[in-house]
Amino acid sequence: MNESASRYVAGVLARLKHEPGALLPILHAIQDELGHVPPAAVPAIADALNLSRAEVHGVVSFYHHFRSSPPGRHVVQVCRAEACQAMGGEALAAGLRQQLGIDFHQTTADGRVTLEPMYCLGQCACAPAALVDGEVHGRLSGDRAAQLIAALE
Amino acid sequence: MTRVYVPADSSALACGAEAVARAITAEAAKRGTPVELVRNGSRGLMWLEPLVEVVTPAGRMGYGPVGAGDVPALFEAGFLQGAFHPLNVGIVDRHPWLAGQERLCFSRMGVIDPLSFDDYAAHEGWAGLRAAAAMKPAEIVAAVTESGLRGRGGAAFPTGIKWKTVLDTPADRKYVVCNADEGDSGTFSDRMTMEGDPFMLIEGMAIAALATGATQGYVYCRSEYPHAEHTFVKALAIARERGVLGEDMLGTGRAFHLELRRGAGAYICGEETSLLESLEGKRGLVRFKPPVPAVSGLFGKPTVVNNVITFASLPLILQKGAAFYRDYGRGRSRGTLPIQLAGNIRRGGLVEKAFGVTLRELLHDWGGGSASGRPIRAVQVGGPLGAYMPESQFDTPLDYEAFASIGAMVGHGGMVVFDDTVDMARMARYAMEFCAIESCGKCTPCRIGSTRGTEVIDRILAGRDRAADTRLLEDLCETMVQGSLCALGGMTPYPVLSALKHFPEDFGLHRLPAAA
Repeated sequence: MNESASRYVAGVLARLKHEPGALLPILHAIQDELGHVPPAAVPAIADALNLSRAEVHGVVSFYHHFRSSPPGRHVVQVCRAEACQAMGGEALAAGLRQQLGIDFHQTTADGRVTLEPMYCLGQCACAPAALVDGEVHGRLSGDRAAQLIAALE
Repeated sequence: MTRVYVPADSSALACGAEAVARAITAEAAKRGTPVELVRNGSRGLMWLEPLVEVVTPAGRMGYGPVGAGDVPALFEAGFLQGAFHPLNVGIVDRHPWLAGQERLCFSRMGVIDPLSFDDYAAHEGWAGLRAAAAMKPAEIVAAVTESGLRGRGGAAFPTGIKWKTVLDTPADRKYVVCNADEGDSGTFSDRMTMEGDPFMLIEGMAIAALATGATQGYVYCRSEYPHAEHTFVKALAIARERGVLGEDMLGTGRAFHLELRRGAGAYICGEETSLLESLEGKRGLVRFKPPVPAVSGLFGKPTVVNNVITFASLPLILQKGAAFYRDYGRGRSRGTLPIQLAGNIRRGGLVEKAFGVTLRELLHDWGGGSASGRPIRAVQVGGPLGAYMPESQFDTPLDYEAFASIGAMVGHGGMVVFDDTVDMARMARYAMEFCAIESCGKCTPCRIGSTRGTEVIDRILAGRDRAADTRLLEDLCETMVQGSLCALGGMTPYPVLSALKHFPEDFGLHRLPAAA
């Protein structure tokens, strides 16, 4: 963690540590800003909440949303749940994996795109759906998805 | 100035509503005909999204699905006067898809500006809370019990009985928690509520607080719903400013504080005790019951935990009385359910109907058959833990008990439609795989059984000894049903066994002759 990240984490801890059940709000605040929860931040979080480092690490690793390493410059999250499968979601995901040359939970070698599975975006009547850098896309054809990916810098 | 509605519901956004809104603003400026743009929620006619509505003397005229490229032609055709255009769908309120529904809970959905406190109040908002404020807690609980309302998250436990337990359990502090961890595929009614009518949820939770003596509430909203979170947090700020939330709720002298907490992508946190662990800042491990959360819930205090739609049903019940709500429905399933038609369906979206409507009516009269135009082969009702229902069961009336009697469940009211290209063995395998990914790991049948389940299905498909492996799968499912701590491990066998029973040919097995 560089100095500005450490300062940011310290600020978050000072602001949120007295909230009831503060750990998830703290982890969210850190990941929202830094893109991931740096393992180097875990001791400070544990100290502020009077938890063991193992407990904090256990929470970070339990939840699919939290990352312990930085993602690529862009994050593409494809829904794999049933409603999207019923509309060709698996073929869509297979196409994206092939286009990017990576599997789920991986980042392209140039650090451009991280691909993640999602289990339901609530767009089930407009399937298949995906998030590209947090922006939601529905009724995605393979061609449209390929265009979206190709346009990422 | 003509008022134009362009939904900001995330499904509308997913289909390009933001670009449509920008195009309308730009085209109006270019032509020097100013319009008042309102960003409403979705009416629920998802196949028509983005559905643009123009206020005309005859009513709100709809156009959909509108793409940004259609906007100049719409202006040219005179859509601001409600003129004809190929995308015109008529007066939206009179659209047969909407007119045939019983929109009690979703009466304002897509109609109002979700973040206008006054618009909400002008559409009967806060009337239920005001009625509750004039009642004793026990009277509110009695009204909810009499209404027959059951938990809409899926478990269908009578809401009034849960509340009575919280009311009757003495404590220095009580909580109201809203389960907005809507993780079931095929469901989006919670999301629509938070995006399209957020004050309704706030009002329902405030009623629960008055009824049980709770002073603090949390809405646990899944991280996959950034738009719902964004809108709801704004609604909370407005409700605090207007005195609905805070130290003196609507001048009652009673305090109720409410805040949103974000989940973190764990399906299991839709299980209420796991959700409470998560709210406490822990791993979302399921708790043993008893004690039930109504006795010892969040931070060990008596806690009301209900789904978004359960809370959203309350303002109306308090406003119009228990009998009004109870008069809808059939058997022990009273009132209405916001049903979600999803997956491979031509006219998908939200249909609110009284219990008793059949699957066939929903799939054909509302849904219009599959999106692909091929025959509908299976419908999964109630999310990833719900059974796959074949065509022969489509006449089952929507009713908690009727569904349970055939090994299915209504759940949160989501229906995922598959056409005849679906491979049901693959869907069964996916159910086990999903359980393995999302298991919290606390109990063995779920943690280990789900992985073994995918392996056994793979072996059946490989076809070495199908009969023995099928028996093994059935035995494993029995263990999971009987031995799991919560519904994840306990109900994953439902989609698996229903796929096996109704679609054995997909597993390379012979279909049994129909029972005599």
